[in-house]
Amino acid sequence: MTDGLLIENLQVEIGDRKIVDGLNLRVPKGEVHAIMGPNGTGKSSLSKALMGNPEYRITGGSALLDGRSIVGLSTDEIARMGLFLAFQYPVEIPGVSIANFIRACLNARLPEGEEIVAPKFYKELYAMMDALKIDRSFTSRSVNEGFSGGEKKRCDILQMLMLKPSFAILDEVDSGLDIDALKVVSDGVNMVRADMGILLITHYNRLLEHIKPDVVHVMMDGRIVKSGPASLALELEEKGYDHILQ
Amino acid sequence: MADAKETVSSLNLDRQAGNFSYAEDYAYDAGVGLTPEVVKYISGVKGEDQWILDFRLKALDAFTRMENPTHWATKRLDELDFSKIRYYLAKGARKTRSWDEVPDDVKETFERLGVPEQERAFLAGVEAQFDSESAYSNMKAHLEKMGVIFVDSTEGLMKYPEIFRKYFGKVIPIGDNKYSALNSAVFSGGSFIYVPKGVKVPQPLQAYFRINAESFGQFERTLIIADEGAELMYMEGCTAPRFETSTLHSAVVELVALKGAKIQYVTVQNWSDNVFNLVTKRAVAHEGAEVRWIDCNIGSGLTMKYPAVILKGKGAKGEVVSIALANKSQHQDTGAKMLHMADGTSSNIISKSISIADGRASYRGQVYMPPSVSDCKNNTVCDALLINTNSRTDTYPAVTCSGENNSVQHEASVSKLSEEQIFYMRARGLSEKEAVSLAVNGFVNDLVKQFPMEYSVELKRLIEMQMEGSVG
Repeated sequence: MTDGLLIENLQVEIGDRKIVDGLNLRVPKGEVHAIMGPNGTGKSSLSKALMGNPEYRITGGSALLDGRSIVGLSTDEIARMGLFLAFQYPVEIPGVSIANFIRACLNARLPEGEEIVAPKFYKELYAMMDALKIDRSFTSRSVNEGFSGGEKKRCDILQMLMLKPSFAILDEVDSGLDIDALKVVSDGVNMVRADMGILLITHYNRLLEHIKPDVVHVMMDGRIVKSGPASLALELEEKGYDHILQ
Repeated sequence: MADAKETVSSLNLDRQAGNFSYAEDYAYDAGVGLTPEVVKYISGVKGEDQWILDFRLKALDAFTRMENPTHWATKRLDELDFSKIRYYLAKGARKTRSWDEVPDDVKETFERLGVPEQERAFLAGVEAQFDSESAYSNMKAHLEKMGVIFVDSTEGLMKYPEIFRKYFGKVIPIGDNKYSALNSAVFSGGSFIYVPKGVKVPQPLQAYFRINAESFGQFERTLIIADEGAELMYMEGCTAPRFETSTLHSAVVELVALKGAKIQYVTVQNWSDNVFNLVTKRAVAHEGAEVRWIDCNIGSGLTMKYPAVILKGKGAKGEVVSIALANKSQHQDTGAKMLHMADGTSSNIISKSISIADGRASYRGQVYMPPSVSDCKNNTVCDALLINTNSRTDTYPAVTCSGENNSVQHEASVSKLSEEQIFYMRARGLSEKEAVSLAVNGFVNDLVKQFPMEYSVELKRLIEMQMEGSVG
């Protein structure tokens, strides 16, 4: 049994269109891998398919989280098994406060009838919010409602820190972040990277300067076409995808 | 009706806890159908004065002559067969004041509904209704010392005619609508409350209503009078056991807020799916008075209810805060009426509805400002949330705004719970049911906060329970 994410020959379709086609990827626990690639190569589709979104059908191959298959499971089952997805576009949930939302998510992981202890929960929540430089007034604000792009991303990372997944896919977590916010989010991720596996989906080396990846993968046409060390990202940014592949 | 005593946890007003009934053992039973003889029987059993019987017979006549309002309301009203309804049932035991004197099966019912516990916790007085008659009534001594009268309708009319007769049937006249006429003919139970000048009742007054017999309509009648400068909050919670044939609940609630008085009337309703809930609620607010209806409708097959405030005196204020949840095959036809009959009056209507599966929520609102009034304001906000693609919502606002310097504002929104929202929440580990429940609770959250604490907790749970079996 291997801890982390192990994907072999994965096939994903939306409608009758093949988006991911024969993708192989292994991200062990404790490592950070980055996936880069041009728009429309299936990076976000990969993350949604792994998270069990019914619109993204896995039609072949395997995906194991900590040695257990996640193919065919429901989204919430996959989440409770320990997979986390930070969304490219976090969704607004009007009327549901951040504190209540995270609490409900934590309670969903406990056996029936058990509930988390409120004082302990708030203590931890405040500590994590401080770490992410999120004002405490946000605890009572509705999830993502009226948030700036940067606030939404921080809110997603806050959820990750609180839910303590064994593996996280961060889909363009750097988009819409200014330099300061990027640093804050990166610090939050670095704080826990040793205890989990992380897959970063990004277009920019900028993020990878803050969260140093162990491996960088290039994804094109629904599969990984090249893998290399952190320096590959810089090379991609300087020379472009076409050059790298020649 | 056979006992259906399942092991049910005795949660307060739990929908499941309401799902049982006891063997019927009624000393007084008016039989099935509605005739002058039935009305006379009811009046006779209660030992009423002649004027009350006359009032009932006049109402019966009006009821018989009036058409069912299906020309504007749902055709579903035609499903009601008035000849098959039982209009009066009562336990033989007279109303008792101490808990020990209450018959055991009644006590058991109340215990399941959590009444004594509620009372211990916070109640100032309890006027709990077991079918037609109040079986248990208890008032804290200090309320009586303040001169507050909190009795059932029969006792109110018989013992305090000088107080109640003046207003009884005046806010909502017999012929106001077919169902107010029906109630006026066969009413039984309900609360009559009088709060003397300047008295501010510190705790909420509360009544529990419950239907126990099959094909038995419950027609409670409530009249609350807050004298000048008086203040009170009244809370009403309802559950009904589930029966296979339709059950009718048709109440009339009249509120009178005299000069400078404040009345808040809070309702949380959770009827079983086969109940027709056709209720007329109306208040008169005199100069500087404030009336607030806080109304939550869950369950029933059809609910029609439009709490109204007649803003009769200068500077009077009216408010309706309404939550309606229409689940599978249910129709919540709710709303509000604000009639601005004096200068400088203001009103506020906030309505939120949720439609699940093929449930239908309709908002009907009337705001009326005639040419004779000036400086009046109304603000209406009306939001609907649709859960499924076959869910339905309608809005029927009727606004008349004439006269000088009057303003009416109406905002309405309809939103649909999106796949993206559900996916986002499920990606955090919540099941579909939990996700929908959380989103629905979020949607009504700002209104639920306006309910008293005990109710807001219960509301949250009731909403969660509504998600059982309707999602996924």
